[in-house]
Amino acid sequence: MRGKRKSYIFIMKLLMWLSVGITAALTLFLVGYILVKGIPHTTWELISTKPSYLSGKIGILPDILNTLYIIIAALLVVIPLGVGAAIYLTEYAKSKKLVGMIEYALETLSGIPSIIYGLVGMLFFCQFLNLKTSLLAGALTLVIMNLPTVMRTTQESLKTVPASLREGAFGLGAGKWRVIRTVVLPGCVDGVITGCILSVGRILGESAALLFTAGFAHALNGFFDGLGSSGCTLTVALYVYAKEQGEFGVAFAIAAILMIMTLIINSAAAFVSRYWGKRRSI
Amino acid sequence: MMHSVFLVLGLVTVGFVLLITVYLVLSGIPAIREIGLFQFLFGKEWASTAAEPSYGIAPFILTSVYGTAGAILIGVPVGFMTAVYLAKLAPKQIKTVMESAVSLLAGIPSVVYGLVGMIVLVPAVRKLFHLPDGASLLAAIIVLAIIILPSIIKVSITALEAVPKEYEDASLALGATPVETCFRISVPAAKSGIAAAIVLGVGRAIGEAMAVMMVAGNVANMPSLFGSVRFLTTAIASEMSYSAGLQRQALFSIALVLFLFIMLINAALNFFLKRDKEG
Repeated sequence: MRGKRKSYIFIMKLLMWLSVGITAALTLFLVGYILVKGIPHTTWELISTKPSYLSGKIGILPDILNTLYIIIAALLVVIPLGVGAAIYLTEYAKSKKLVGMIEYALETLSGIPSIIYGLVGMLFFCQFLNLKTSLLAGALTLVIMNLPTVMRTTQESLKTVPASLREGAFGLGAGKWRVIRTVVLPGCVDGVITGCILSVGRILGESAALLFTAGFAHALNGFFDGLGSSGCTLTVALYVYAKEQGEFGVAFAIAAILMIMTLIINSAAAFVSRYWGKRRSI
Repeated sequence: MMHSVFLVLGLVTVGFVLLITVYLVLSGIPAIREIGLFQFLFGKEWASTAAEPSYGIAPFILTSVYGTAGAILIGVPVGFMTAVYLAKLAPKQIKTVMESAVSLLAGIPSVVYGLVGMIVLVPAVRKLFHLPDGASLLAAIIVLAIIILPSIIKVSITALEAVPKEYEDASLALGATPVETCFRISVPAAKSGIAAAIVLGVGRAIGEAMAVMMVAGNVANMPSLFGSVRFLTTAIASEMSYSAGLQRQALFSIALVLFLFIMLINAALNFFLKRDKEG
């Protein structure tokens, strides 16, 4: 081999190793740094109380609950919507134009930045529908944001339901809706679950869309009262504590909690795809 | 009966896109009319709370463009090289470990990136370049580069793995080494997909708000690498809560400009994805 070829190969290899090294080091650093800085501040008192102006202590229990409420509310709406839309696309739609239009809308939705969702959510849900600044308005905004995710994962798994199963059911005289209910829907459970997991991850990490829709309040509420009133999620709380109040200890504690949740969500998604992948191949 | 129920569900996405477009256009136009399109887009001064307010968003547009370009310049080479290695050359264990690392990076909320940027990066930039304040365009570029890295790696890997194995086998059989095969056969064959990855990165970088807000300093200057700057996204986020009247309307107009940028980027993305499918 001539020297020129050898040095080309060497340089390319070097660049690749360098890049992989940077990515790996970055991940290790981020995870390590956040956990080391955050976990000492993550006390039971912090996660089990609400902030008190009298004692000047900060508690993030309301923020944790708000995050939970917003996730539940958003999933309750986005799952039926997304699964239904995916079923329409794969099972019913005949017109190529219509499918193209829906696909294009889907692409557009997944490209829109969250700050724009926040603005439109504020104009439409908070002002036009008069929901005020509330967790419900935030959750509905997140529904629009996460619709593409749920639709995509459901569509992917619908495509793996074998056509022979559908044909068999039709052959036995079942109607379209019955086939969908008994054959198609059970076959796309993995897609729906993956969609749920990914959406939970996105909602957990979302902040810009919630600033103007869900607000900043730290009140401790039940589910239904909570949905009707303004509330701060964990990410928004992190932003407020770090940027506006300079409470970096609390901010890192929240960051550590978010990091651990991200780890759990990623392993859950990996587990689901492996579990169903194995079952399929049998 | 069920058919029409599902039809409605299917059309919901289209409805949402229309809703967003109509709201942005309707709320964005009035301020542009009042200020004047030219004055708004090319005006170099943004002083929305001054006694004689001026609404020029050229600083925001330029900052967003420079910031995104910088993030792409740093993020793409690293992401591309990582993707080539992981897709084609890495041993199985390294690939599995690195892929979950990349998924983790993708899942970290942007405010967490912002927080680490604020505490680690901003002081580092200040010390390294002897600045009075490290919150600058440079810090924002680095944070954005890290934020777009996982999506570039993921999409590029998908594109590279879709290259037919026969191409590579033929190249190897002709005596090319694995590394040469990667860069001379696989990469050119996957170029549309890799282009899509870059465009996706552009979209993510230009739309990122919170992380940038925490490290860019947030002053409406014309962009300079070491100066405190404000992006299109952060211009909206930073004034929304206390804005009123024309100032508030101008913020919606900024959102409209950002939306137009995103639609352009989406069109480019669709172009590359379609070409990828056909080629």
